[in-house]
Amino acid sequence: MKRLAAVGAKRSEIGPSVSLAALFAGFFRIGMIGFGGVLPWARRMLVEQRKWLTAQEFTDLLALCQFLPGPNVVNLAVAVGWRYAGVAGSVVCFTGLIAAPMAIVIGLGAVYSRYAQLTVVQHGFAAMAAAASGLVLSTAFKIAAPLRSRPVGIATAAITFAIVGLVHVPLLLALIVLVPVSIWIAWCYRE
Amino acid sequence: MVLPGVKGVVALAILFAQLSLLAVGGVSSALPEMQRQVTITHGWMSGQQFAALYALAQAAPGPNMLIATLVGWQVAGLAGAVVATLALCGPSGVLCYFTASAWHRFRNARWRRIVQAGLTPVTVGLVMAAAILLIRATSIDAGHATLTALCTAGFLFTRIHPLLVLAVATAIGAMGIL
Repeated sequence: MKRLAAVGAKRSEIGPSVSLAALFAGFFRIGMIGFGGVLPWARRMLVEQRKWLTAQEFTDLLALCQFLPGPNVVNLAVAVGWRYAGVAGSVVCFTGLIAAPMAIVIGLGAVYSRYAQLTVVQHGFAAMAAAASGLVLSTAFKIAAPLRSRPVGIATAAITFAIVGLVHVPLLLALIVLVPVSIWIAWCYRE
Repeated sequence: MVLPGVKGVVALAILFAQLSLLAVGGVSSALPEMQRQVTITHGWMSGQQFAALYALAQAAPGPNMLIATLVGWQVAGLAGAVVATLALCGPSGVLCYFTASAWHRFRNARWRRIVQAGLTPVTVGLVMAAAILLIRATSIDAGHATLTALCTAGFLFTRIHPLLVLAVATAIGAMGIL
């Protein structure tokens, strides 16, 4: 019960308990349909279709998963699994989420290296990689949007970019310096 | 006696377990470090190969952390793929497991919002760095650089599905137009 109370829900709000098989099936589906970003699909399934979380709970858990390091949607699977079935739930949700995508991506990798010598494949992949670079750049612009009204935030982002992207300082070293400074700045500019 | 490949698997486990805890805001934040380690420190592949694997991970369904699976697979086969994936998800997953209950208690705490406001610019800078490193590797000529610019605009200003953009770009490349 401690677990349920911790995420702010009473048993009655959750509805009938969710079986491990159902958790696996749910996250298996998310993994399979989530092309190029899984989170929108996760929200659709968890909140709208299966009603395993309320919209508020989802937002709250998502904030945690984005706050913590690591792959966001994997963290989400761990948190949802934990909520319904403890360790077993976390393991089952995680496995369900990544099993199929892992198999598919390894299959694609095998095809790629099998035919990597062909000129057509080389040209195709060079172009696909160029397009994927654009995808990362657009992601950077999208997550930068909330900083528009925060010049100090933009400056911090620019310094982070320069240190890691141009000077190639190891990430751990960069984070040890940048994260406390950036949080301190956010503290100074708090509302 | 060390079995062949075991060294690679151990190196993968150590690298991705570290990246797991350093990936503030998501896996994209760890991309610059991942690229640096994979292409320079360990010399497992060229920058362009890394970019191709990243593209492949994007083209597959599922979370974008599949780049770890592909790097692992490239370095040490199936064992490498599994170890790299688990190493990238494990440490952060365990942290998430033990933090989930405490998190809710502080949902309205002001420090939580301040910490998040402080992390956002760092994440933005890291993802921007990832983008530039990838673009450097994939802009093998003016044609590919232009393609990157066009795709970026497409992702930002249109509602075209990202996968469709990747597919069209791949087709254009395969036809040898660039």
